[in-house]
Order: sequence, then C-alpha cells, then structure tokens
Amino acid sequence: MSRVSPTRRTFLAGSAATAAATLLGGPTGLLRSAHAQGLAPTPTMRGGANNYRPGAPLVERIGGGGFLMTGTVHRAGDGAPLPGRRIQVWAHTTEGHERDERSHGATLTDADGVFRLEMPQIVPAFGQAHGHLAYDAEHDDGGFETVFLRPVMASASDTSLDVAFVLQPA
Amino acid sequence: MRAPRQGRLRTFLTAFLPWLALAIAITVPIAIAAASPLLAYRDPIYVTAGFAGVIAMSLLLAQPLLAGGHLPGLHGPRGRRLHRRIGVGLLAAVVLHVAGLWMTSPPDMVDALLFRSPTPFSVWGVIAMWAVFAAALTAALGRRQRLRTRHWRFVHTALATVVVAGSVVHAMQIDGTMGTASKAMLSASAVAATAWVVVGPRNRVREARRPLR
Repeated sequence: MSRVSPTRRTFLAGSAATAAATLLGGPTGLLRSAHAQGLAPTPTMRGGANNYRPGAPLVERIGGGGFLMTGTVHRAGDGAPLPGRRIQVWAHTTEGHERDERSHGATLTDADGVFRLEMPQIVPAFGQAHGHLAYDAEHDDGGFETVFLRPVMASASDTSLDVAFVLQPA
Repeated sequence: MRAPRQGRLRTFLTAFLPWLALAIAITVPIAIAAASPLLAYRDPIYVTAGFAGVIAMSLLLAQPLLAGGHLPGLHGPRGRRLHRRIGVGLLAAVVLHVAGLWMTSPPDMVDALLFRSPTPFSVWGVIAMWAVFAAALTAALGRRQRLRTRHWRFVHTALATVVVAGSVVHAMQIDGTMGTASKAMLSASAVAATAWVVVGPRNRVREARRPLR
C-alpha cells in the first residue's frame, strides 16, 4: 500500500498550475474572452448628451463652416465599419450656443463608416473647448444603442476634431 | 515740543500706495477679461455670468485686506463693516455666476451642482460656493445670536480659506475670458492676502491708527 505524501513544493506547483489553467482556459478564461470580445463598444461620456436635440436635420454643413469634425463608426465585436449611420454634431461655436437649433446638424457615414461634417469654429464654453457628438439611435434604423461623446480639444485653436464610435447592437 | 508731521513721501506710501496697488490688482484682470474675443460669441446672460465670476475673484482679494484692517483709513471696525458689505456683494456675485450659467446651459450646471460634471474644475467651484454660503451664515448668525466672537469668527475664517483655495483651483483650470497671467497674479494675491491675515502675526491686524515709528 503506497501513500501519497505531498510536499510543500508539490502543493505549490499544483496550485499554481491549476490557477493558471483556470485563469487562461476556463469558462471565463482570459484567453477565451480576449478571442470572443473583439472591439469594445464606446461608453457614453459624461455630459455628452447635454443640449442634445433628437432628430436634428441632416445638413451638408453647419453654419458657415471653418472647423472639421470627423470620425469613424464601427460595430462592436467584429469591428466592421458601419455605412449610412446617422451622427449628430453640436458645440458652442463662433456662430451660436449649444442650445441653439442652428448649432446642431446631422450627417451619415459613408461606405467606409467615415463621417465628415464642417461646422463653425468651436470656442471654449463652460471652461473647455469641446464638442458633442451623438449616434442618433432613434432616428436611425441601424438598431444600435445610443452613444454620446464629449471630446475635449487639445487646444482651443485647433480647427478639427476626430472621434471614434464603436456601436453596440441594441 | 510737537512731534514732526509725516513727510509727503511717507503719506503717499502709507495712505495712497496700498489703494493704488489694490486698484491695479483688481482692474487689470477685469479689463483683460473685457477684451476677450470669446465675448463676441456669448449672449448677454452668459457674459454677465462670466463677469460675476471675475468680479467675485477680485472681491476675494479685497475681503481679507478689509478683515485685517490693512487698507489705509479702513482699520479695525470700519474695515470690518465694509468687509460685511463686500461679503454680501461676494454672495450676490456667486449667485449671479451660478444662476447665469444655469440659464445658459441648465444640464451643464445641474451636472456641476450634483458633482457629476466632466470638467475637473466644477467640483472646486461648487465647494467654494457652499463655503461662501456657510461663511455668510456664520457671520450673520454669529452676530445675531451674540455668540462669542472668537468662536464664530474662527469658523468663518476657516470657511473663508476654503472659499479662497477652492475658487483659485476652480478659476485657474478654466479656459475662459480671463487672461491666464492676470488670473494667476490675482489668485496668488488673494491667497497671499488670506494667508497673511489668517496666519500672520496678530499685531498685523490693525485695530486703530497708531503712529508709525
């Protein structure tokens, strides 16, 4: 009759091996979720929805132009670019306050999931030079969850701003 | 034998220079803010809200000097009387600042008051605002209830330092109408004046006009 008598060394080695296997390969393992997760959806930024106007009309350009707002829209998970999605843009500019109707405009993404919208120069408001963007979920038939972004410009004298939307199917 | 009268230079230095310095320290930042290009893109309510904030910053420099009796002709009780009146003015300026900003963009102000604003400076402004309200309350109630002066004055002074510190941290992070350098100078002056009166030697609080030797 043999008796297994584990030493501390074997106990530690066994525990470490079990932990590593569970962590990496188990049902909620890191390797598995890294493979399945793909591109993570963009979370809504605090204050992003402030002064949003649902259904602001599609425009060629907001006001007189001079500032370029650009961005990309991708699907969460597989990261596929999303064409024809409706993005609303607004900010406090040289031509109006955020709450003014004329400060808002919407545009659609092109075949590569890219949008470009010209608007008046954004100026600092409430202490920061920033813009607002929204995926206009209720006026879009894409079936994705709404996302609001409030990117802060690196410098108030910048004449363009670029963002990335990653949308989660609703 | 009569004591010699003060010479004209000495009179200028002691009676006029402090006032001149205060006037310059206050008007220059306001004038620079008035020349800001941002004003062209703001409606009257927003402009008023902004200037209420700028004026409140200026009053933060005057208040400790008045409380400590450091302005010529306004020593002791006279200085404190004006300190109370200016205190009411500071309260009004803060209320006007918050109300005007609320009218300009209600959701942004609500975010700030509920401590969920995306901007890092809002929390300091809100803290300073509550400290102003509390400081005003201690002064009003302390006198009315005839609490021991040194008790309510201690609380009042502690709150006042929170007002100055919070307001400076708030203002310095804001990209607005004030010029950066003039705003920094005004802030540093307010902090220095407050520190001088709060932690400076006691005999610096001038109670009466004493002959200078």
